[in-house]
Amino acid sequence: MKETIKITGVLTSVCVICAFGLAFVFNTAKDKIEENAKKRINQSIFKIEPDTVNVEKIFSDNNVIYKLFNDTNKIIGYAFLADGQGYQGKIKILSVSDPTLKHLIGIEIIDSVETPGLGAKIGDPSFKDQFKGLNTLPKIVYIKDTVEKSNQIQAITGATISSKAVVNILNQRLLKLKDELSL
Amino acid sequence: MKSKSPIKEFIKGLWKEHPVLRQLLGMCPALAVTTSSMNGLSMGLSVVFVLFFSSLVVSLIKKLVPAAVRIAVYTVIIAAFVTIVDLFFKANFPDISRSLGPYLPLIIVNCIILGRCESFASKNTIGKSLLDAFGMGVGFTWGLVLLGSIRELLGAGTILGIQIMPKQYNPLIIMILPAGAFIVLGFLVAAMNKIEERR
Repeated sequence: MKETIKITGVLTSVCVICAFGLAFVFNTAKDKIEENAKKRINQSIFKIEPDTVNVEKIFSDNNVIYKLFNDTNKIIGYAFLADGQGYQGKIKILSVSDPTLKHLIGIEIIDSVETPGLGAKIGDPSFKDQFKGLNTLPKIVYIKDTVEKSNQIQAITGATISSKAVVNILNQRLLKLKDELSL
Repeated sequence: MKSKSPIKEFIKGLWKEHPVLRQLLGMCPALAVTTSSMNGLSMGLSVVFVLFFSSLVVSLIKKLVPAAVRIAVYTVIIAAFVTIVDLFFKANFPDISRSLGPYLPLIIVNCIILGRCESFASKNTIGKSLLDAFGMGVGFTWGLVLLGSIRELLGAGTILGIQIMPKQYNPLIIMILPAGAFIVLGFLVAAMNKIEERR
């Protein structure tokens, strides 16, 4: 009996002490972590569309849509997050489109765990720059040969699944976005 | 082990009982994160931190912990320090945190740390435990940096992101993929065995 109390007591006290310590560290780190996430999104928006001067957040369902304005306070586009399954895990993309959602202005990969050297190339300029000015209608299409139409991008050699994932994630999000913005 | 001078407790982790190349411990992080030297370095330093403080605490409370729950107690202590490191990286170095991905929290189950706590820190004085932890940690770090540097050099032509190979060099992508990790590790362990044999 004495042994049982000792065992329970030691394990409980160790857990409680650790929990308090972690709660303290978490509280100090929490704000910084949130700030980092926000900063990353903002930096990506300005990287894709450097003319952005003002950003307004719109909330629809559980998503945040960013309305972008230029220096004359004219709307120049929408930025939105989209995510979905990639080859190995989730891919999270920030994309900016023109106000009609008919053309993309550009994309940035926020998070991904694709294969280094292959699928991870979705974050390289050679791949993501293809989305600059890309026609989103009727939908974005990936092909393996040379691009011929304005709604096509070329898939990465050896990483078709990752390329396909990016295209599907964007198409799905764009479709929903049209409803959410009632365009 | 008791007769060893304190400095030897530190030295042994660097070479003779090198955790990665001699004992083949901590293989999961050693193979998974070493796609670049920077990743190897940050993983190594995280392990140094966790190992150092876990050994300190385990050595401090070794007389209080009943044998029946020692593993559970050590795991909780290790998990607490790993979570601190994880939060620290997320708050201050988000880029490194992203590139290490899930492997940073997985330090909790790194067998080097539990191994050192169980087989050394719980039986030795605080001073010796800290030297042992520091030696093992530094050994782990140089192993990972070496592994990461070789893979980065062959697989991307760079070291720490600086171009080393001539521009014409066509990177061996396999070196960055998991297979490359096993190949490089195999050669390093073989080289280590050869050197030890000659001594």
